Amino acid sequence: MFEASLTEVAAALAARRVSSVELTQTCLDRIARAQGELNAFITVDPERSLAQARAADARIARGEGGGLTGVPVAHKDIFCAKGWRTTCASRMLADFVAPYDAHVVERFDRAGAVLLGKTNMDEFAMGSSSESSHYGPVRNPWHTDFVPGGSSGGSAAAVAARLAPCATGTDTGGSIRQPAALCGVSGIKPTYGLVSRYGMIAFASSLDQGGPFARTAADLALMLNAMVGFDPRDATSLERPQEDYARELERPLAGLRIGLPREYFGPGMDDDVRRAVEDAVAALGKLGAATVEVALPNTGLSVPAYYVIAPAEASSNLSRYDGVRYGYRAPEYADLLDMYCKTRGQGFGPEVKRRILVGTYVLSHGYYDAYYLQAQRVRRLIAQDFVAAFKRCDVILGPTSPTVAFRVGEKSADPVKMYLNDIYTTAANLVGLPAMSIPCGFGAGGLPVGLQLAGSYFAEARLLNVAHQYQRATDWHARMPPGFA
Amino acid sequence: MGWEIVIGLETHAQLSTRSKMYSGAATAFGAAPNTQASAVDIALPGVLPIANRGAVERAIRFGLAVGATVHRSSIFARKNYFYPDLPKGYQISQYEAPIVQGGTITILTDAGEKTIRLTRAHLEEDAGKLLHETAGDAHSALRRGMSGIDLNRAGVPLLEIVSEPDLRSAGEAVAYARALHSLVRWIDICDGNMQEGSFRCDANVSVRPRGESKLGTRCEIKNLNSFRFLQHAIEHEARRQIEVLEGGGSIVQETRLYDPDRDETRSMRTKEDAHDYRYFPDPDLPPLAVSEQWIEEIRSRMPELPEAKRDRYRTALGLSAYDAITLTQSRELAEYFESTASSTASFGFGAKPVANWVMGELSAKLNETDLDASRSPVGPARLAGLLARVHDGTISGKIAKEVFDAMWAGEGDADAIIERRGLRQISDAGAIEAIVAEVLAAHPKQVEDYRAGKEKAFNSLVGQVMKATRGKANPAQVNALLRKKLAG
Repeated sequence: MFEASLTEVAAALAARRVSSVELTQTCLDRIARAQGELNAFITVDPERSLAQARAADARIARGEGGGLTGVPVAHKDIFCAKGWRTTCASRMLADFVAPYDAHVVERFDRAGAVLLGKTNMDEFAMGSSSESSHYGPVRNPWHTDFVPGGSSGGSAAAVAARLAPCATGTDTGGSIRQPAALCGVSGIKPTYGLVSRYGMIAFASSLDQGGPFARTAADLALMLNAMVGFDPRDATSLERPQEDYARELERPLAGLRIGLPREYFGPGMDDDVRRAVEDAVAALGKLGAATVEVALPNTGLSVPAYYVIAPAEASSNLSRYDGVRYGYRAPEYADLLDMYCKTRGQGFGPEVKRRILVGTYVLSHGYYDAYYLQAQRVRRLIAQDFVAAFKRCDVILGPTSPTVAFRVGEKSADPVKMYLNDIYTTAANLVGLPAMSIPCGFGAGGLPVGLQLAGSYFAEARLLNVAHQYQRATDWHARMPPGFA
Repeated sequence: MGWEIVIGLETHAQLSTRSKMYSGAATAFGAAPNTQASAVDIALPGVLPIANRGAVERAIRFGLAVGATVHRSSIFARKNYFYPDLPKGYQISQYEAPIVQGGTITILTDAGEKTIRLTRAHLEEDAGKLLHETAGDAHSALRRGMSGIDLNRAGVPLLEIVSEPDLRSAGEAVAYARALHSLVRWIDICDGNMQEGSFRCDANVSVRPRGESKLGTRCEIKNLNSFRFLQHAIEHEARRQIEVLEGGGSIVQETRLYDPDRDETRSMRTKEDAHDYRYFPDPDLPPLAVSEQWIEEIRSRMPELPEAKRDRYRTALGLSAYDAITLTQSRELAEYFESTASSTASFGFGAKPVANWVMGELSAKLNETDLDASRSPVGPARLAGLLARVHDGTISGKIAKEVFDAMWAGEGDADAIIERRGLRQISDAGAIEAIVAEVLAAHPKQVEDYRAGKEKAFNSLVGQVMKATRGKANPAQVNALLRKKLAG
């Protein structure tokens, strides 16, 4: 049953071919066996999960099942879950037990899903490799000396290794898409504003967006149907009529115009990545899609703009972690200032501190105009690129990541090198567009390659349609990492 | 060397909403510590702010009341700094684009009316309260050397109102503060309770040689929670600055605390250089959009403002500027006055007697018992009834005061009291003449003194007549008859 997709699992539960308890137990067993190797989870509470599973089974028995009732879901440890330790992979929140549920967690809860555990991640979602966690790095199930990508590495690894049929993540500069690519699973970042950020611990408020990991596009549609919805507690949450994200899955691709940005196919990516992506373009061509070259001239400005805006917002969002009301507090201090300095010095890891420093700098008097304000202007230019491109195509396609997974420790000493992992992904966050990654082949060392599809605002259903048709014609998404088959 | 004092005031008015600026927690004063602080107020991981519509409406009402521009779009900005009473490590305020811009407040000075310009008014949230344990402290929950943090106040909505440096004396500053205090209560946006901290003023004070147009270096004075403190602090600070400058020194721009016990301002040693607050637009809150329709709807529900009432009292009712200002000190008092005056108008007499009574006897009693006019035990209709009896000669003005006291004590309306106590004025000429004759007969010395030119003797004789009638004789008639009889 662990090989089954979310869609199959949900159907099996509804048809009562399997119980939620069986399913949950299977997942918990696999999680426990894999934990030493993958370190994909920070918190597991088998008793609690099984209690939820029993309740779900009772619901199904009463005929009140359906949708995601009884489905085990793993949540990135950035989502507050009431009564669960919620750490954001940081020493700062090591003992923080959330007194409330994030909106996303509430929605899954109401749908009857089972909370399987809290997955490991880069500390405070800052990273592209899941190496900066206070709880140690996450490993890639395809090759455990390699990173799974980040910051939602734990969720991606869990789905790839079949520890869970689906998981949640967050994407601020690529943190769902890039680990999905490196782990050979499917993930989508919805249009900004569709998924409520209430209870989703903030990194960069204008960029953060929650989204799902699963094995197929159809699975992602089910997840989005559960996750998307207006929340009056989030002022950036959009109020729109309910959509069924699965409604266009079966639409034929004839007439689809795929935009290939010339800037994405330049020297930036590895050959094995290029080959896999070009094969995918050919496959889509066979399904009736046409390609057109588009220009996104400000592509090169995405990473710099992102690494000004994201740290700036983060430096402010993380000010609340000061040891005063909750979380870590330094055990010894001489006075208030000493308490603040020691608490934050000891509570945060080096990458978090680096970004807080950068963020504080770019907002400071005398630098604000040249950095933060300028980056916001650049943001608008990047948006204009996409508006122009989408006049000539329906979806934009490219590699998700310039390389396949790299070794643990290979880039962690060079922050800028690490930041450049994000060259293809940050634009979608800066502009708020929906974008997804699906597996499209393998590269050096048998490591997965991801294909990125981006659409215009609210084009999720169309993106899932393209991905679904591609997945019907190929089987990359069905491959399993050898150690976990 | 003639010096000119230049003052600008920054006022924080706590808006009278039931819940906080960005969360649904209650704002009621006096609750047990940390019982009115929600997850949003405590800044737990993952929480988000939502702007309070009632607070925005009150800001708009203020903007309309002072004739300011109400911006259709304004921006919430984060003001970043670390302090234990600021849970998020930033305050959500407004910086480059406030909701209200400009506007004026009119004050009455010795030289007449003066218009004070406002720079702006913006929405922001209050911080929590810190309690520091000191030896012999009443806060038993705190151990020695500890500080306690109460977040009940954190997040309470504030309107920060900034004046231009148009004030030229401590007196003007107090007049402005009083006018502003009266206005925010008038339009029902703030209860103005200074003891509870609902209305707080900081003063920016500088001095310059008379005739100089450039502004001197200013100091900000904080901790002024009464009009008296405001006055003293400004006077002291101005003197201090003049002394420094006359001694050849220069003013250091700084924040100073007023110490009411010593009547002096002290430099706040904890404040060094100006903070860099790293303001930026809050990404959690979209720009605040206020429609033309909403503004007009609020405008249509505004009460008549003090200035409009004052104009009306002067032109239509013929009252003086002083009367108009005194009667419009509070909306309750103005409404009481108008209600009484419209009743007495139907009895055929003007507003002046009503004004006098409202400003005099009524206000004295209200102040004594700390009530506002709307809670007066003597309502406008009853007061009108009393004044009618004076107007129609049933009782004298002096007796009316006695009747008023009795009405206040709950003894009924004017007629009932006059009847019960037998207070009708004696206006029968014959009766008065008889008493006058008796008094003159009984006091020959005073008669002689009067005839010798001593006017004081006349008053004494009047007094005797009033005594004999237990105050009920019509004073005008007594006067006239006494003069007549004495004349021969």
